[in-house]
Formats: sequence, C-alpha cells, structure tokens
Amino acid sequence: MSKSPEKKVIPFGPYHPVLEEGELFELTVRGEVVEEIYWKTGYNHRSIETIAETKTYDQICFLVERICGICSHSHPYGFVRAVEDLAEVEIPERAVYIRTIVAELERLHSHLLWMGLAGHFIGYNTVFMWGWKYREPVLDILEEVTGNRQHYATLKIGGVRRDLEESKYEKILDMLDDVEEKCRMLLEAVPEDPVLKSRLQGVGVLTEQEARDWGTLGPTARGSGYDIDVRRDHPHAAYDWVDWDVCVEESGDVYAKTMVRLRENMESIKIIRQCIDQMVPGPIENEVREIPPGEGIGTYGAPRGETFHYVASDGTNSPIRHKVRAPSFNNVPSFEASCIGEEIADVLLTLAAVDPCYSCTERSLKLTPTSSDERLLTPRQLLEASRNKTKELIDQC
Amino acid sequence: MNWKERLARWGIKRSPWVYHVNTGACNNCDIEILDVLCPRFDAERFGIKLVGTPRHADVLLVSGPVTRHTEQPLRDAYEATPKPCAVVAFGACGCSSGIFKDGLNVNGTVDRVIREEDPEAIITYVPGCPPRPEAIISAAVKTLEAL
Repeated sequence: MSKSPEKKVIPFGPYHPVLEEGELFELTVRGEVVEEIYWKTGYNHRSIETIAETKTYDQICFLVERICGICSHSHPYGFVRAVEDLAEVEIPERAVYIRTIVAELERLHSHLLWMGLAGHFIGYNTVFMWGWKYREPVLDILEEVTGNRQHYATLKIGGVRRDLEESKYEKILDMLDDVEEKCRMLLEAVPEDPVLKSRLQGVGVLTEQEARDWGTLGPTARGSGYDIDVRRDHPHAAYDWVDWDVCVEESGDVYAKTMVRLRENMESIKIIRQCIDQMVPGPIENEVREIPPGEGIGTYGAPRGETFHYVASDGTNSPIRHKVRAPSFNNVPSFEASCIGEEIADVLLTLAAVDPCYSCTERSLKLTPTSSDERLLTPRQLLEASRNKTKELIDQC
Repeated sequence: MNWKERLARWGIKRSPWVYHVNTGACNNCDIEILDVLCPRFDAERFGIKLVGTPRHADVLLVSGPVTRHTEQPLRDAYEATPKPCAVVAFGACGCSSGIFKDGLNVNGTVDRVIREEDPEAIITYVPGCPPRPEAIISAAVKTLEAL
C-alpha cells in the first residue's frame, strides 16, 4: 500500500515572473492538490487615503486615478460621486454621457487585457499577443477622447475636464466598428477553441452560494450566477438612459468568468454607440465653489465590480476622511473557496480569474504583534481598558 | 575600464534581458512595459526580453515609489543581478516617487536605494505617467548607449 504524499508548502511570490505586482501566496499541497492557501499582501501599500487628507478636492481626482492604472476612471468616478453626493451638485447631461463613454472604453480595455493575461497564464501566448493587439485600437480611441492612453484625467467635481468635439464622433464610431469585429471574433473563437475549453472549463469553480458568502462582486459574482451589477441596481452615469443587458453565466468556473467578460465587451460597445447617438449639446460642467461639511458616498461599477468611496468634509479645502473600497478587496478572499482542491497548475489561473488588482486592495496595513496574541485587543476590551483608566484616575483624585 | 569589463558591456548591448521589479507602482507602467513587448510596438525584435529572475538579467527595470515592504526585495534583486548592469527608474514614481512622495509608507526613490547599494550604478530615468511606448523604446536605446 502506498503512503499518501507528504504535505508541502510552496511559496509563490512576492516577485514571481507571472505576477505583475508584489504579493505572496503560500500553497500547502499534498501531492498535486492544494489543501490550504495563505496570502500576504501589503507590498503596494502607499497610504493613499492619508495623502488624500492633505490634498485639495481637485488634486485628489488625480491622486485616486493612480490607485490603480487599469481602473483609472473608476476610482475618480467613485470619488467625484461621493463629493457630488456631499455637495448636492447636479451634473450636466453632456458631461454624464462623456463620463459613460470613457468608463465603457475602460471596461473594454480592461477585459481585453484580462483575456490576454489569462491566455499567458495557461501558456497560450497566441491569445496573449492577439488579445493585446486588439486592445490597441481601444487605447487609440481613449487617446482620441481624453488625450492620453492611460490615466485619462477626464473627471472633475461637477462635470468633466474636456469636451468631446462633434467632429470626432465619426472617427470614434469607425474605430469602434473595428473593435467590435475583433471582440465578436474573440467571443465566437473562445467557445470553439479546444485548448481554452479544456483548460478553463470546470477549473476553480465558485458556486453561487460561495459567491454570495464571500461577498464577491462584478464578473466574479456574475460568472457564478449571482446576478449583481451596481450599474443596474443603483443606476448612475447614463446607464439607465441606454439599453443594455447584465451578462450572467451559471457554471462558476474560469470559463464562465471569461465568457461574462467577453459578452460584456459587446455590451460596452453597444453603450458607447448609444451614448454618442444620444449626446446632447450643452455645458460640460457645473462649477462647484464650496464643499459644505458633511458626509458623502459614491459607488461606481468598475470593470472588476463595485468601487466604493466615502468622503467626510468639515467645510475646508480637503476632506477629513477619505475611505476607498476596491472590488478586489471583496474578490480576493474568495480564493479560499475556489482554490482548495484544485491542482497546482490550475491555481494560478484561478487566482487570475477574479482579475485581482492588489494596488487597489492595499488600503491599510495591519501590524500583528509577534510575541503573543494577547496584545491584540478586541473593541470591547479596548473600551473596558479605557473605562478602567478613567476609574483609576477618578480614584487617584 | 579593463578589457574584461568592456567585453561584458559590449555583450549586454546585443540583446538586453530585462527583469521587472514592481516596487509599489499602480500597474500602469507595468501594463505599458508589457504593451511594448506586444505586436504593435514589439520591442522583442531588438532582442529585449523579460526574464523570470534577476540572475539572468542585464537590465533591472524598477517601476513605482519604493514602499517599506519592497525596499529590501529591491536591494536583493540588485545584488543578485550580474554586473555590469543598468537600472532603469521607470515612470514618474520611479524617478521621484511622484504623487506618493509624502506617503508615510513610501521610503524614497529608486536611485536613493540603488545608490546606497552601489554608488557607481548606471541609472537611467524614464519620466512620464505612464511613459508612452515610444518613450520606452527611446529609453531602451539610451540605456544601451549609456553602457
């Protein structure tokens, strides 16, 4: 009788050839099968929330853009919505359409980028090269609309910074035709490709119940049949003025998540076309002169899920508190459900399937004392300690 | 410079292998680096190639402000790279820590960390947020000229 193989720990990172960012995964494996997963992040923590509290509202738009390079429209969108909620500002219709166009172009480029990376992770570099080649026309349109390939700097509290000239509509629509053709080709090619099918189907399954339990968002949740999309559930931007569908797949594996993203590409193109058709002339911003004291929240349906921003103001030039919750913060812990029981070769793909963005996630740093666990206090213990100190001081008086 | 060093530098120029270290960048520089290697710009035709370990690398490409967690890994990566090698401080963050300069978890610029390890290090700077692919290719040419 053969003995069952020993447990081994395989460290993966913090600098691994396939990981763009620094993060550490420790996989406990028995033979080929992963039994436990532990991850450590914090390498990308740049204390953005603290910096935000020292900047003015206009400067923060540029700062939150740099939380993540791929979501560089989503984070400012969440932020300006929070401030607009706080200051009760109305946005001109034209500005809303321009915001939506840039947002959907960002979704297109993010999903195509993910498709390429997924191909790279399974060693199918043809998909990587073609996916990224198809992404280039999207970046060209973004450059046409906003002036830069990445970091668009489009958003401003009260509107947008730059107008979209009417002379550009035709060129943008022509370029969109080109992108649409390629996206449709990908959408038709992936289900027919034997390599992709065999590597993606049945891998890293996250059931609907698990998706709900771990609080996943965006394509990760929708790939598991959990019908959630903040763009439809809490309408913002121009999403309730245009006709589009939420893409949901049932099977919960990596293949489902791929198909959700590829189908969303087509929806994005549909939304951009309608936005350009329905565009109305008019001003592109309402000037905001003062931010009153108070609190505001803003959500936005980023390519990876719901981005949430909270801003508290005391009426001065900069916020007293700015809190960010990126979608990867919810999606990354679901690894514990989807990676266990997988073979080690499939784990990387499962990790990549939620499109994790660690530079978004790392908002805070928790320092755990190494000597003993007793030094970690629960809120109740803290409260008790505080009350005891008051009692001691009173006794001394 | 003796003949051995001159030979080593001449050798690097033919096909520089690049190791990419992300020291807390926002991903944008990393995407543009990969983009340059993809079909439209295709820097691989010049023999530029990303490798998996600093021990195989001729050029260390560092993007991002150096955060507290990544300072030691960056030092280790520089130490592991065979000399002579070039260091490229990539993007606004790599050159000057950029917008994150005042962050409480940001330890300083790439050149400060590298100069502490080796005062003679060859460092090139590629400004931009993120640098455009054309700028990256131009930087590659300049880095090779500096060697």
